[in-house]
Amino acid sequence: MIHRYQLNGFNIVLDVCSGSIHAVDELAYDMIGLFEDHSREEIRAAMLEKYAAVSEVTAEEIDRCYEDIEELRDAGALFTPDTFQPMAGTFKERSANVVKALCLHVAHTCNLNCSYCFASQGKYHGERALMSFEVGKQALDFLVANSGHRRNLEVDFFGGEPLMNWQVVKDLVAYARSIEKAAGKNFRFTLTTNGMLIDDDVIDFANREMHNVVLSLDGRREIHDRFRVDYAGRGSWERIVPKFQQLVEARGGKDYYMRGTFTHQNPDFLKDIQTMLDLGFTELSMEPVVCAPDDPMALTDADLPIVMRQYEELARLMLQREREGRPFTFYHYMIDLTGGPCIYKRISGCGSGTEYMAVTPWGDLYPCHQFVGEEKFRLGDVWHGVTNPAAQAEFANNNLYAKDECRDCWARLYCSGGCAANAYHATGSVMGIYEKGCELFRKRMECAIMLGVARSMEDEDEA
Amino acid sequence: MKHIVTLKTRNLCESAANGGCGECQTSCQSACKTSCGIANQRCEKAEKKQSK
Repeated sequence: MIHRYQLNGFNIVLDVCSGSIHAVDELAYDMIGLFEDHSREEIRAAMLEKYAAVSEVTAEEIDRCYEDIEELRDAGALFTPDTFQPMAGTFKERSANVVKALCLHVAHTCNLNCSYCFASQGKYHGERALMSFEVGKQALDFLVANSGHRRNLEVDFFGGEPLMNWQVVKDLVAYARSIEKAAGKNFRFTLTTNGMLIDDDVIDFANREMHNVVLSLDGRREIHDRFRVDYAGRGSWERIVPKFQQLVEARGGKDYYMRGTFTHQNPDFLKDIQTMLDLGFTELSMEPVVCAPDDPMALTDADLPIVMRQYEELARLMLQREREGRPFTFYHYMIDLTGGPCIYKRISGCGSGTEYMAVTPWGDLYPCHQFVGEEKFRLGDVWHGVTNPAAQAEFANNNLYAKDECRDCWARLYCSGGCAANAYHATGSVMGIYEKGCELFRKRMECAIMLGVARSMEDEDEA
Repeated sequence: MKHIVTLKTRNLCESAANGGCGECQTSCQSACKTSCGIANQRCEKAEKKQSK
Protein backbone atom coordinates (compact mmCIF):
# COMPACT_ATOMS: atom_id res chain seq x y z
CA MET A 1 0.00 0.00 0.00
CA ILE A 2 1.15 3.50 -0.81
CA HIS A 3 -0.15 6.96 0.07
CA ARG A 4 0.40 9.81 -2.39
CA TYR A 5 -0.28 13.43 -1.57
CA GLN A 6 0.75 16.95 -2.50
CA LEU A 7 1.53 19.51 0.15
CA ASN A 8 3.50 22.72 0.30
CA GLY A 9 4.82 22.23 -3.22
CA PHE A 10 6.02 18.68 -2.65
CA ASN A 11 4.78 15.48 -4.29
CA ILE A 12 5.13 12.86 -1.59
CA VAL A 13 4.82 9.09 -1.78
CA LEU A 14 4.77 7.02 1.38
CA ASP A 15 5.32 3.28 1.14
CA VAL A 16 3.22 2.36 4.15
CA CYS A 17 4.68 -0.98 5.19
CA SER A 18 8.39 -0.33 4.66
CA GLY A 19 8.11 3.22 5.99
CA SER A 20 9.97 4.54 2.92
CA ILE A 21 9.26 8.13 1.92
CA HIS A 22 9.89 9.47 -1.55
CA ALA A 23 9.81 13.04 -2.83
CA VAL A 24 9.00 12.76 -6.52
CA ASP A 25 8.44 14.96 -9.56
CA GLU A 26 5.05 15.28 -11.29
CA LEU A 27 5.82 12.55 -13.79
CA ALA A 28 6.83 9.98 -11.17
CA TYR A 29 3.87 11.03 -9.01
CA ASP A 30 1.47 10.24 -11.83
CA MET A 31 3.22 7.04 -12.84
CA ILE A 32 3.34 5.65 -9.31
CA GLY A 33 -0.39 6.30 -9.06
CA LEU A 34 -0.99 4.18 -12.17
CA PHE A 35 1.70 1.57 -11.60
CA GLU A 36 -0.24 -1.19 -9.88
CA ASP A 37 -3.28 -1.24 -12.12
CA HIS A 38 -1.91 -0.45 -15.56
CA SER A 39 0.58 -1.98 -17.98
CA ARG A 40 3.83 -0.28 -18.88
CA GLU A 41 2.47 0.52 -22.33
CA GLU A 42 -0.72 2.05 -20.93
CA ILE A 43 1.27 4.22 -18.54
CA ARG A 44 3.66 5.35 -21.31
CA ALA A 45 0.74 6.31 -23.55
CA ALA A 46 -1.04 8.16 -20.77
CA MET A 47 2.08 10.13 -19.84
CA LEU A 48 2.93 11.03 -23.44
CA GLU A 49 -0.57 12.41 -23.80
CA LYS A 50 -0.59 14.30 -20.51
CA TYR A 51 2.87 15.80 -20.93
CA ALA A 52 2.70 16.38 -24.70
CA ALA A 53 3.60 20.04 -24.19
CA VAL A 54 6.61 19.28 -21.99
CA SER A 55 9.65 18.64 -24.18
CA GLU A 56 11.68 16.88 -21.43
CA VAL A 57 9.08 14.14 -21.03
CA THR A 58 10.03 11.79 -23.85
CA ALA A 59 9.23 8.10 -24.25
CA GLU A 60 12.81 7.35 -23.12
CA GLU A 61 12.43 9.51 -20.02
CA ILE A 62 9.14 7.80 -19.14
CA ASP A 63 10.84 4.42 -19.51
CA ARG A 64 13.70 5.51 -17.23
CA CYS A 65 11.22 6.67 -14.62
CA TYR A 66 9.31 3.38 -14.92
CA GLU A 67 12.54 1.48 -14.28
CA ASP A 68 13.27 3.64 -11.23
CA ILE A 69 9.86 2.69 -9.83
CA GLU A 70 10.45 -1.01 -10.57
CA GLU A 71 13.81 -0.79 -8.85
CA LEU A 72 12.26 0.68 -5.71
CA ARG A 73 9.53 -1.95 -5.72
CA ASP A 74 12.12 -4.73 -6.03
CA ALA A 75 14.16 -3.17 -3.21
CA GLY A 76 11.14 -3.22 -0.89
CA ALA A 77 10.63 0.53 -0.88
CA LEU A 78 7.40 0.77 -2.91
CA PHE A 79 4.22 -1.32 -2.89
CA THR A 80 5.52 -3.38 0.02
CA PRO A 81 2.89 -5.90 1.13
CA ASP A 82 1.64 -5.96 4.71
CA THR A 83 3.07 -9.09 6.30
CA PHE A 84 2.81 -7.90 9.90
CA GLN A 85 -0.55 -9.33 10.97
CA PRO A 86 0.80 -12.58 12.46
CA MET A 87 3.00 -10.48 14.76
CA ALA A 88 0.19 -8.23 15.95
CA GLY A 89 -0.62 -9.90 19.24
CA THR A 90 2.87 -11.08 20.10
CA PHE A 91 4.12 -7.92 21.78
CA LYS A 92 1.27 -7.81 24.29
CA GLU A 93 1.46 -11.60 24.79
CA ARG A 94 5.16 -11.34 25.54
CA SER A 95 4.59 -8.50 27.99
CA ALA A 96 1.48 -10.00 29.59
CA ASN A 97 1.20 -8.95 33.23
CA VAL A 98 4.04 -6.47 32.86
CA VAL A 99 3.22 -2.94 34.03
CA LYS A 100 5.72 -0.22 33.24
CA ALA A 101 3.81 3.05 33.57
CA LEU A 102 1.36 4.51 36.05
CA CYS A 103 -0.61 7.71 36.09
CA LEU A 104 -1.00 8.66 39.73
CA HIS A 105 -4.10 10.73 40.35
CA VAL A 106 -2.65 12.38 43.41
CA ALA A 107 -5.46 14.95 43.58
CA HIS A 108 -9.05 14.47 42.52
CA THR A 109 -9.67 18.12 43.07
CA CYS A 110 -8.68 21.30 41.32
CA ASN A 111 -8.27 24.98 42.01
CA LEU A 112 -9.60 25.81 38.55
CA ASN A 113 -13.12 25.20 37.33
CA CYS A 114 -12.63 24.62 33.61
CA SER A 115 -15.93 23.69 32.02
CA TYR A 116 -14.30 21.63 29.26
CA CYS A 117 -12.32 19.39 31.66
CA PHE A 118 -12.71 15.71 30.73
CA ALA A 119 -12.09 14.98 34.42
CA SER A 120 -15.07 17.11 35.49
CA GLN A 121 -13.02 19.69 37.40
CA GLY A 122 -10.67 16.96 38.60
CA LYS A 123 -13.32 14.91 40.38
CA TYR A 124 -13.83 12.35 37.60
CA HIS A 125 -17.55 12.35 38.41
CA GLY A 126 -16.79 11.22 41.97
CA GLU A 127 -15.77 12.66 45.33
CA ARG A 128 -12.99 15.14 45.87
CA ALA A 129 -9.93 13.39 47.34
CA LEU A 130 -6.17 13.53 47.75
CA MET A 131 -3.94 10.47 47.47
CA SER A 132 -2.16 9.58 50.69
CA PHE A 133 1.55 8.81 50.75
CA GLU A 134 0.72 5.21 51.75
CA VAL A 135 -1.48 4.65 48.69
CA GLY A 136 1.13 6.24 46.41
CA LYS A 137 3.93 4.16 47.94
CA GLN A 138 1.90 0.99 47.43
CA ALA A 139 1.35 2.02 43.80
CA LEU A 140 5.11 2.42 43.28
CA ASP A 141 5.77 -0.94 44.94
CA PHE A 142 3.09 -2.51 42.72
CA LEU A 143 4.77 -1.00 39.67
CA VAL A 144 8.25 -2.22 40.57
CA ALA A 145 6.96 -5.70 41.49
CA ASN A 146 5.09 -6.05 38.19
CA SER A 147 7.58 -4.45 35.82
CA GLY A 148 9.47 -7.64 34.94
CA HIS A 149 12.64 -6.89 33.03
CA ARG A 150 11.61 -3.35 32.08
CA ARG A 151 14.14 -0.84 33.29
CA ASN A 152 12.45 2.47 32.39
CA LEU A 153 9.35 3.05 34.49
CA GLU A 154 7.16 6.09 33.83
CA VAL A 155 5.14 7.72 36.57
CA ASP A 156 2.92 10.72 35.93
CA PHE A 157 1.62 13.00 38.64
CA PHE A 158 -1.81 13.96 37.45
CA GLY A 159 -5.13 15.17 38.71
CA GLY A 160 -7.12 17.30 39.07
CA GLU A 161 -4.29 19.51 40.03
CA PRO A 162 -1.32 17.57 41.45
CA LEU A 163 0.24 20.64 43.08
CA MET A 164 -2.68 20.59 45.54
CA ASN A 165 -0.98 17.49 46.98
CA TRP A 166 2.60 18.64 46.46
CA GLN A 167 4.19 17.25 49.61
CA VAL A 168 2.98 13.76 48.73
CA VAL A 169 4.40 14.16 45.21
CA LYS A 170 7.79 15.08 46.68
CA ASP A 171 7.68 12.24 49.19
CA LEU A 172 6.78 9.71 46.49
CA VAL A 173 9.64 10.87 44.28
CA ALA A 174 12.02 10.54 47.23
CA TYR A 175 10.70 7.04 47.94
CA ALA A 176 11.06 5.98 44.30
CA ARG A 177 14.62 7.31 44.17
CA SER A 178 15.42 5.36 47.35
CA ILE A 179 14.41 2.03 45.79
CA GLU A 180 15.20 2.37 42.08
CA LYS A 181 18.88 1.45 42.14
CA ALA A 182 18.48 -1.75 44.15
CA ALA A 183 15.50 -2.69 41.98
CA GLY A 184 17.46 -2.03 38.75
CA LYS A 185 14.91 0.54 37.59
CA ASN A 186 14.98 4.06 36.23
CA PHE A 187 11.97 6.17 37.18
CA ARG A 188 10.90 8.91 34.79
CA PHE A 189 8.47 11.35 36.33
CA THR A 190 6.10 13.74 34.61
CA LEU A 191 4.11 16.52 36.23
CA THR A 192 1.00 17.98 34.57
CA THR A 193 -0.09 21.26 36.11
CA ASN A 194 -2.36 24.25 35.57
CA GLY A 195 0.36 26.44 37.08
CA MET A 196 -1.69 28.16 39.79
CA LEU A 197 0.47 26.88 42.66
CA ILE A 198 3.88 27.05 41.02
CA ASP A 199 6.45 28.65 43.32
CA ASP A 200 10.22 28.54 43.70
CA ASP A 201 10.09 25.20 45.49
CA VAL A 202 7.99 23.61 42.73
CA ILE A 203 10.29 25.03 40.05
CA ASP A 204 13.43 23.80 41.77
CA PHE A 205 12.07 20.33 42.51
CA ALA A 206 10.34 19.84 39.15
CA ASN A 207 13.40 20.89 37.22
CA ARG A 208 15.57 18.51 39.22
CA GLU A 209 13.31 15.46 39.32
CA MET A 210 10.73 15.63 36.54
CA HIS A 211 11.74 14.09 33.22
CA ASN A 212 8.93 16.08 31.62
CA VAL A 213 6.58 18.86 32.72
CA VAL A 214 3.26 19.46 30.98
CA LEU A 215 1.96 23.00 31.45
CA SER A 216 -1.64 23.81 30.59
CA LEU A 217 -2.08 27.03 28.60
CA ASP A 218 -4.61 27.54 25.83
CA GLY A 219 -2.80 30.40 24.10
CA ARG A 220 -4.52 33.75 23.62
CA ARG A 221 -5.61 35.32 26.86
CA GLU A 222 -9.26 35.64 25.81
CA ILE A 223 -9.35 32.01 24.68
CA HIS A 224 -7.62 30.70 27.80
CA ASP A 225 -9.73 32.77 30.19
CA ARG A 226 -12.97 31.71 28.59
CA PHE A 227 -12.69 28.22 30.11
CA ARG A 228 -9.72 28.16 32.47
CA VAL A 229 -11.25 30.11 35.35
CA ASP A 230 -11.13 29.84 39.11
CA TYR A 231 -14.20 29.20 41.27
CA ALA A 232 -14.91 32.91 41.37
CA GLY A 233 -15.05 32.88 37.58
CA ARG A 234 -11.80 34.83 37.14
CA GLY A 235 -9.48 33.89 34.30
CA SER A 236 -6.11 32.37 35.23
CA TRP A 237 -3.95 33.53 32.28
CA GLU A 238 -2.42 36.53 34.01
CA ARG A 239 -1.52 34.54 37.12
CA ILE A 240 0.01 31.49 35.46
CA VAL A 241 1.92 32.85 32.46
CA PRO A 242 4.72 34.52 34.48
CA LYS A 243 5.09 31.32 36.55
CA PHE A 244 5.34 29.16 33.44
CA GLN A 245 7.93 31.53 31.99
CA GLN A 246 9.96 31.36 35.18
CA LEU A 247 9.77 27.55 35.30
CA VAL A 248 10.73 27.10 31.66
CA GLU A 249 13.61 29.53 31.89
CA ALA A 250 14.98 27.67 34.90
CA ARG A 251 14.46 24.29 33.25
CA GLY A 252 17.71 24.54 31.33
CA GLY A 253 16.60 22.74 28.19
CA LYS A 254 14.96 19.75 29.89
CA ASP A 255 11.74 18.46 28.34
CA TYR A 256 8.51 20.34 28.81
CA TYR A 257 5.31 20.88 26.86
CA MET A 258 3.11 23.89 26.77
CA ARG A 259 -0.15 22.05 26.24
CA GLY A 260 -3.27 23.76 24.99
CA THR A 261 -6.75 22.57 24.17
CA PHE A 262 -8.70 23.91 21.22
CA THR A 263 -12.48 23.77 20.97
CA HIS A 264 -15.29 25.00 18.75
CA GLN A 265 -14.42 28.45 20.15
CA ASN A 266 -10.95 28.48 18.58
CA PRO A 267 -10.57 26.15 15.61
CA ASP A 268 -8.13 28.85 14.39
CA PHE A 269 -5.69 27.65 17.02
CA LEU A 270 -2.60 28.77 15.14
CA LYS A 271 -3.17 32.17 16.73
CA ASP A 272 -2.84 30.47 20.11
CA ILE A 273 0.37 28.76 19.03
CA GLN A 274 1.62 32.18 17.93
CA THR A 275 0.78 33.59 21.36
CA MET A 276 2.76 30.80 23.04
CA LEU A 277 5.72 31.58 20.80
CA ASP A 278 5.44 35.30 21.55
CA LEU A 279 5.57 34.44 25.25
CA GLY A 280 8.87 32.64 24.68
CA PHE A 281 7.69 29.03 24.76
CA THR A 282 9.05 26.66 22.10
CA GLU A 283 7.88 23.14 23.04
CA LEU A 284 4.22 23.17 22.10
CA SER A 285 1.20 20.93 21.92
CA MET A 286 -2.38 21.80 21.01
CA GLU A 287 -5.01 19.12 21.40
CA PRO A 288 -8.59 18.91 20.17
CA VAL A 289 -11.07 19.01 23.05
CA VAL A 290 -12.36 15.67 24.36
CA CYS A 291 -16.09 15.96 25.00
CA ALA A 292 -19.49 14.63 23.97
CA PRO A 293 -20.42 15.37 20.34
CA ASP A 294 -23.48 17.42 21.41
CA ASP A 295 -21.43 19.61 23.76
CA PRO A 296 -21.32 23.24 22.54
CA MET A 297 -17.53 23.12 22.83
CA ALA A 298 -17.22 20.07 20.53
CA LEU A 299 -15.57 20.59 17.16
CA THR A 300 -18.17 20.58 14.40
CA ASP A 301 -17.95 19.36 10.83
CA ALA A 302 -17.71 23.00 9.78
CA ASP A 303 -14.68 23.46 12.06
CA LEU A 304 -12.71 20.63 10.46
CA PRO A 305 -11.58 22.44 7.27
CA ILE A 306 -10.41 25.35 9.45
CA VAL A 307 -8.47 22.99 11.71
CA MET A 308 -6.93 21.24 8.69
CA ARG A 309 -5.70 24.58 7.35
CA GLN A 310 -4.23 25.42 10.75
CA TYR A 311 -2.19 22.24 10.70
CA GLU A 312 -0.80 23.07 7.25
CA GLU A 313 -0.02 26.66 8.17
CA LEU A 314 1.58 25.49 11.40
CA ALA A 315 3.94 23.26 9.41
CA ARG A 316 4.85 26.19 7.14
CA LEU A 317 5.46 28.40 10.17
CA MET A 318 7.80 25.78 11.62
CA LEU A 319 9.84 25.68 8.41
CA GLN A 320 9.96 29.45 8.23
CA ARG A 321 11.16 29.79 11.82
CA GLU A 322 13.74 27.03 11.36
CA ARG A 323 15.21 28.96 8.43
CA GLU A 324 15.26 32.08 10.58
CA GLY A 325 17.14 30.23 13.34
CA ARG A 326 14.14 30.39 15.70
CA PRO A 327 12.90 26.78 15.68
CA PHE A 328 10.08 25.42 17.80
CA THR A 329 8.57 22.00 18.36
CA PHE A 330 5.01 20.82 17.87
CA TYR A 331 4.38 17.55 19.69
CA HIS A 332 2.50 15.82 16.88
CA TYR A 333 5.04 16.76 14.23
CA MET A 334 8.00 15.21 16.03
CA ILE A 335 8.44 12.21 13.76
CA ASP A 336 11.82 10.56 13.95
CA LEU A 337 11.98 9.07 10.47
CA THR A 338 15.29 7.28 10.99
CA GLY A 339 14.83 6.08 14.57
CA GLY A 340 11.14 5.89 15.40
CA PRO A 341 9.40 2.93 16.99
CA CYS A 342 9.94 -0.62 15.70
CA ILE A 343 7.19 -2.52 13.93
CA TYR A 344 6.11 -4.40 17.09
CA LYS A 345 5.34 -1.12 18.75
CA ARG A 346 3.51 0.21 15.71
CA ILE A 347 1.07 -2.68 15.47
CA SER A 348 0.46 -3.55 19.10
CA GLY A 349 -1.87 -0.68 19.99
CA CYS A 350 -1.88 1.64 22.97
CA GLY A 351 -0.54 0.16 26.21
CA SER A 352 -3.54 1.37 28.22
CA GLY A 353 -4.96 -1.32 30.46
CA THR A 354 -1.93 -3.55 30.08
CA GLU A 355 1.46 -1.87 30.48
CA TYR A 356 -0.10 1.43 31.51
CA MET A 357 -2.71 2.05 34.19
CA ALA A 358 -4.13 4.95 36.15
CA VAL A 359 -4.36 4.90 39.95
CA THR A 360 -7.08 6.81 41.81
CA PRO A 361 -6.53 8.53 45.17
CA TRP A 362 -8.03 5.39 46.76
CA GLY A 363 -5.62 3.01 44.97
CA ASP A 364 -8.06 1.69 42.36
CA LEU A 365 -6.59 0.74 38.98
CA TYR A 366 -8.14 1.82 35.67
CA PRO A 367 -6.92 1.22 32.09
CA CYS A 368 -5.93 4.87 31.71
CA HIS A 369 -6.64 8.32 33.09
CA GLN A 370 -9.52 8.80 30.64
CA PHE A 371 -11.36 5.73 31.98
CA VAL A 372 -11.20 6.72 35.64
CA GLY A 373 -14.71 6.86 37.09
CA GLU A 374 -16.13 4.38 34.55
CA GLU A 375 -16.88 1.63 37.03
CA LYS A 376 -17.08 -1.22 34.55
CA PHE A 377 -13.47 -0.55 33.56
CA ARG A 378 -12.10 -0.76 37.11
CA LEU A 379 -9.32 -3.34 36.82
CA GLY A 380 -8.44 -3.89 40.47
CA ASP A 381 -6.31 -2.06 43.01
CA VAL A 382 -2.68 -1.55 43.95
CA TRP A 383 -2.84 -4.07 46.79
CA HIS A 384 -4.41 -7.00 44.91
CA GLY A 385 -3.41 -6.17 41.34
CA VAL A 386 -5.75 -6.89 38.44
CA THR A 387 -8.87 -8.66 39.71
CA ASN A 388 -11.07 -7.94 36.68
CA PRO A 389 -9.34 -9.92 33.91
CA ALA A 390 -12.37 -9.64 31.62
CA ALA A 391 -12.04 -5.85 31.51
CA GLN A 392 -8.30 -6.11 30.95
CA ALA A 393 -8.73 -8.65 28.14
CA GLU A 394 -10.47 -6.04 26.00
CA PHE A 395 -7.32 -3.93 26.12
CA ALA A 396 -4.90 -6.85 25.80
CA ASN A 397 -6.63 -7.97 22.59
CA ASN A 398 -6.77 -4.47 21.18
CA ASN A 399 -4.19 -4.15 18.43
CA LEU A 400 -4.03 -2.65 14.98
CA TYR A 401 -5.38 -5.71 13.20
CA ALA A 402 -8.32 -6.09 15.58
CA LYS A 403 -9.99 -3.13 13.87
CA ASP A 404 -11.22 -3.62 10.31
CA GLU A 405 -11.27 0.12 9.67
CA CYS A 406 -7.54 0.41 10.38
CA ARG A 407 -6.42 -2.21 7.88
CA ASP A 408 -6.97 0.01 4.88
CA CYS A 409 -5.73 3.20 6.51
CA TRP A 410 -2.37 4.46 5.25
CA ALA A 411 -1.60 6.08 8.64
CA ARG A 412 -2.04 2.90 10.67
CA LEU A 413 1.66 2.41 11.40
CA TYR A 414 1.85 5.96 12.79
CA CYS A 415 -1.11 5.74 15.16
CA SER A 416 -1.15 2.05 16.09
CA GLY A 417 -4.95 1.95 16.15
CA GLY A 418 -5.57 5.14 18.06
CA CYS A 419 -6.86 6.00 21.49
CA ALA A 420 -9.07 3.44 23.24
CA ALA A 421 -10.75 6.15 25.32
CA ASN A 422 -11.55 8.29 22.28
CA ALA A 423 -12.96 5.19 20.57
CA TYR A 424 -15.05 4.28 23.60
CA HIS A 425 -16.48 7.75 24.01
CA ALA A 426 -17.28 8.05 20.30
CA THR A 427 -18.67 4.56 19.67
CA GLY A 428 -19.28 2.84 23.02
CA SER A 429 -16.51 0.33 22.34
CA VAL A 430 -12.76 0.46 22.94
CA MET A 431 -12.45 -1.48 19.67
CA GLY A 432 -14.27 1.27 17.78
CA ILE A 433 -12.92 4.10 15.66
CA TYR A 434 -13.19 7.81 16.41
CA GLU A 435 -13.43 8.88 12.78
CA LYS A 436 -13.11 12.63 13.35
CA GLY A 437 -9.96 12.03 15.39
CA CYS A 438 -8.63 9.81 12.59
CA GLU A 439 -9.13 12.59 10.05
CA LEU A 440 -7.19 15.04 12.20
CA PHE A 441 -4.49 12.46 12.85
CA ARG A 442 -3.99 11.75 9.15
CA LYS A 443 -3.65 15.45 8.42
CA ARG A 444 -1.08 15.83 11.19
CA MET A 445 0.93 12.92 9.79
CA GLU A 446 0.84 14.37 6.27
CA CYS A 447 2.20 17.61 7.67
CA ALA A 448 4.83 15.88 9.80
CA ILE A 449 6.08 13.80 6.88
CA MET A 450 6.11 16.89 4.65
CA LEU A 451 8.34 18.59 7.21
CA GLY A 452 10.73 15.63 6.96
CA VAL A 453 10.73 15.93 3.18
CA ALA A 454 11.28 19.71 3.27
CA ARG A 455 14.20 19.41 5.68
CA SER A 456 15.73 16.63 3.66
CA MET A 457 15.46 18.66 0.43
CA GLU A 458 17.02 21.69 2.12
CA ASP A 459 19.90 19.53 3.37
CA GLU A 460 20.40 18.20 -0.16
CA ASP A 461 20.40 21.72 -1.63
CA GLU A 462 23.05 22.78 0.90
CA ALA A 463 25.24 19.70 0.24
CA MET B 1 16.61 13.68 -14.94
CA LYS B 2 16.15 12.57 -11.34
CA HIS B 3 12.49 11.75 -10.77
CA ILE B 4 12.55 10.28 -7.28
CA VAL B 5 14.45 11.25 -4.14
CA THR B 6 14.17 8.69 -1.35
CA LEU B 7 14.55 9.92 2.21
CA LYS B 8 16.58 8.09 4.80
CA THR B 9 14.05 6.25 6.99
CA ARG B 10 13.98 3.33 9.38
CA ASN B 11 13.05 0.17 7.47
CA LEU B 12 9.99 -1.09 9.31
CA CYS B 13 10.22 -4.62 7.92
CA GLU B 14 13.80 -4.96 9.13
CA SER B 15 12.90 -3.48 12.53
CA ALA B 16 11.08 -6.73 13.32
CA ALA B 17 14.41 -8.54 13.61
CA ASN B 18 15.59 -6.74 16.70
CA GLY B 19 12.43 -5.05 17.97
CA GLY B 20 9.87 -5.37 20.69
CA CYS B 21 12.08 -4.71 23.72
CA GLY B 22 9.22 -2.77 25.36
CA GLU B 23 11.37 -0.06 26.92
CA CYS B 24 9.68 2.76 25.03
CA GLN B 25 6.72 4.85 26.12
CA THR B 26 3.50 2.81 26.36
CA SER B 27 0.85 5.40 25.58
CA CYS B 28 0.13 9.14 25.45
CA GLN B 29 0.96 9.29 29.17
CA SER B 30 3.73 11.78 29.97
CA ALA B 31 2.57 13.89 27.05
CA CYS B 32 -0.67 15.05 25.47
CA LYS B 33 -2.88 12.71 27.54
CA THR B 34 -5.74 12.72 25.05
CA SER B 35 -4.69 10.93 21.88
CA CYS B 36 -2.53 7.94 21.20
CA GLY B 37 -0.13 8.17 18.33
CA ILE B 38 3.17 6.39 18.31
CA ALA B 39 4.81 8.16 15.40
CA ASN B 40 6.50 10.69 17.65
CA GLN B 41 7.69 8.24 20.26
CA ARG B 42 11.35 7.50 20.63
CA CYS B 43 12.95 4.10 20.19
CA GLU B 44 14.94 3.42 23.32
CA LYS B 45 17.33 1.12 21.47
CA ALA B 46 18.15 3.83 18.94
CA GLU B 47 18.74 6.28 21.79
CA LYS B 48 21.05 3.86 23.56
CA LYS B 49 23.06 3.34 20.39
CA GLN B 50 23.40 7.08 19.87
CA SER B 51 24.56 7.75 23.40
CA LYS B 52 27.35 5.16 23.26
